[in-house]
Amino acid sequence: MNKPLPDVKDSYLSQFKALSGNGAEGMPGWLQAIRGAAMEQFGATGFPDSGDERWRFSNMRQLTEATFSLAPADTERITRADIDPHVLASSADQCLVFVNGRFAADLSSLGGLPKGVVATSIGTATKSDLKSAERHLTKYARPGDNPFTALSTAFIVDGGFLFIPPNVVLDKPIQLLFLSVATSTPSVSHPRCLIVAEGGSAASVVEVYAGHGAGDYWTNAVTEVVVGDNARLETYRIQQESEQAHHTATTQSYQARDSVYGLTTVELGALLSRHDINAVLDGEGAECHLYGLSQLRGRQHVDHHTTIEHAKPHCNSWEYFNGIYDERSRGVFTGRIVVQPGAQQTDSKQTNNNLLLSDAARADSQPQLEIYADDVKCTHGATLGPIDEGALFYFRSRGIDAETARNLITYGFGVEILNKIGIGELRQRLDDVLHSRLDEGADRRRRRRRMKQ
Amino acid sequence: MLEIENLHAGIDGNEILKGIDLTVNAGEVHAIMGPNGSGKSTLAQVLAGHPAYEVGQGRVAFEGEDLLDLEPEQRSCAGIFMAFQYPVEIHGVTNAYFLRAALNARRRCLGLDELDPVDFMDVLEQKIRAIGWDDSLMNRAVNQGFSGGEKKRNEILQMAVLEPKLAVLDETDSGLDIDALKTVAEAVNKLRRPDNATIVVTHYQRLLNFIVPDHVHVLVKGRIVKSGGKELALELESLGYDWVKGPVPIA
Repeated sequence: MNKPLPDVKDSYLSQFKALSGNGAEGMPGWLQAIRGAAMEQFGATGFPDSGDERWRFSNMRQLTEATFSLAPADTERITRADIDPHVLASSADQCLVFVNGRFAADLSSLGGLPKGVVATSIGTATKSDLKSAERHLTKYARPGDNPFTALSTAFIVDGGFLFIPPNVVLDKPIQLLFLSVATSTPSVSHPRCLIVAEGGSAASVVEVYAGHGAGDYWTNAVTEVVVGDNARLETYRIQQESEQAHHTATTQSYQARDSVYGLTTVELGALLSRHDINAVLDGEGAECHLYGLSQLRGRQHVDHHTTIEHAKPHCNSWEYFNGIYDERSRGVFTGRIVVQPGAQQTDSKQTNNNLLLSDAARADSQPQLEIYADDVKCTHGATLGPIDEGALFYFRSRGIDAETARNLITYGFGVEILNKIGIGELRQRLDDVLHSRLDEGADRRRRRRRMKQ
Repeated sequence: MLEIENLHAGIDGNEILKGIDLTVNAGEVHAIMGPNGSGKSTLAQVLAGHPAYEVGQGRVAFEGEDLLDLEPEQRSCAGIFMAFQYPVEIHGVTNAYFLRAALNARRRCLGLDELDPVDFMDVLEQKIRAIGWDDSLMNRAVNQGFSGGEKKRNEILQMAVLEPKLAVLDETDSGLDIDALKTVAEAVNKLRRPDNATIVVTHYQRLLNFIVPDHVHVLVKGRIVKSGGKELALELESLGYDWVKGPVPIA
């Protein structure tokens, strides 16, 4: 690991000190201690460099060699009209809004939740010293595991805290909306989320990360998810940052017995996006499914680094990631499956398919299976390349012209993942986005062809 | 309907078809049989217009029009359909969506209005009922996770919906168990009309117990070495392909 350059490191240290003096006031001692330790951890390890196996496909220098200052908390510029396009109708009365990582109470609506359900900001939860927050916050995504998690932990100020009490079933999704506003100098926010679904509960949560206007900024997000015995939690994570922005994230889930956890992650925005997904199945009969769709263009880069740990027997995991890469964009997928000793009867399936729409686009895919039990079923498969000529001929032989065929094949590649989304409204919205981005891509291709002629 | 004269074609610089002559009239069923590697599938692919195959010389006319000049989608438009030996799996696109896109392309060629999803489902249900199947495959992605039999059935369903003038079945029987084979053959028989024609490409005589051809041609090393009536298939079955592998082309 590289130590950050002295000025970069100093900048985070001084920001940390400044934060301790304002944003962190009223924070309980236990959290102050955790934050201090995380800052020390970051100071000791620094940012990762490309020599580190886990980071070798992604050049993080844009982040590690520049100084990003803590994004300003002023939220006056953002109005409800800016928020509305991002809010699902089905979540209209249960949506938490954050601007530059800070909770915006006046833009949030929390009228629709059943009794006992807590949906509030991490800031509010920790300052009022909620025991459920103290029990879980920072216990799963550990600062020592990832330098960006260390930084996130050091800068915990705000983010979403959701607590679904035992046996409560929510019929509508809760939405967490993170809106970032680019500033004249590079700025960073560290939204931190904790979602706790207690035993027997059922809920769905939609996290949206979006940019307000174009411009460069950095979002460093960490979400911890705890799914109790026999609980069922579906989460959807839509990354639609500005296409000049940087996005680093960890989604860390922990599942108890017979629980079901699902994550569908859709990557559309950011110039550089790195998403670590770590799922731990720590109770018999637990099941997790991870679905991912990336649709990139320009010089966008996305890196999904996933680890599914089967710690107990009789657990199932399914992982399907599709990527559509146009122009000079690039996708990286690492699928690590760890089956711990004794985790017999594990059933795990992983698929990563990548469609390269231009000669300059690139994808890297690497499965990593680490199996320490002897009675398990683990399969994986990966494909990467341009649109299959055989598929194209199949369409054409049925009378469908080549351009329509290409669009349909590409669309199908995306919609295959979107079809997994259980919220009709969200699925339709993303379907529309997929369509319009494919149309834009086709237009841009036509324009380039004309310019060449 | 179809006239093939002295057709030479191949792939990657290797000539596989070395002078094929074949005439197919409306209302006829032709079987093309031959050992592995004889060029049966190449002939089917060349007729459908697979871009990887190169035509060296010869002429193919479909209803008087030069077929070899047409793109694959134009051939479909003209009324040619090939049932693939290995139907392709398509991510995310449902069978119903795919079929509607194909049917609407066909309807545009025929100068008919396109069908909206509701009208299309009506047409589709009629077709499915006519060939005695169910619609269980319609909302699944095209050929994805289909069994071998389901894939072949799906090809025949496409054929039923598109109503081609000339259907080329490329080893549609390969890998099918006897029940699936009967199901597919019955559907093909139901779709036979005086104004359309079928070319059945097969390695095995078995399919021809259920789809009775008017003409049988034996293809060996890129040439038709023998042609005859349906009894030729039975002779082949008992005597094997060695019987016709003589050095001198007969047809």
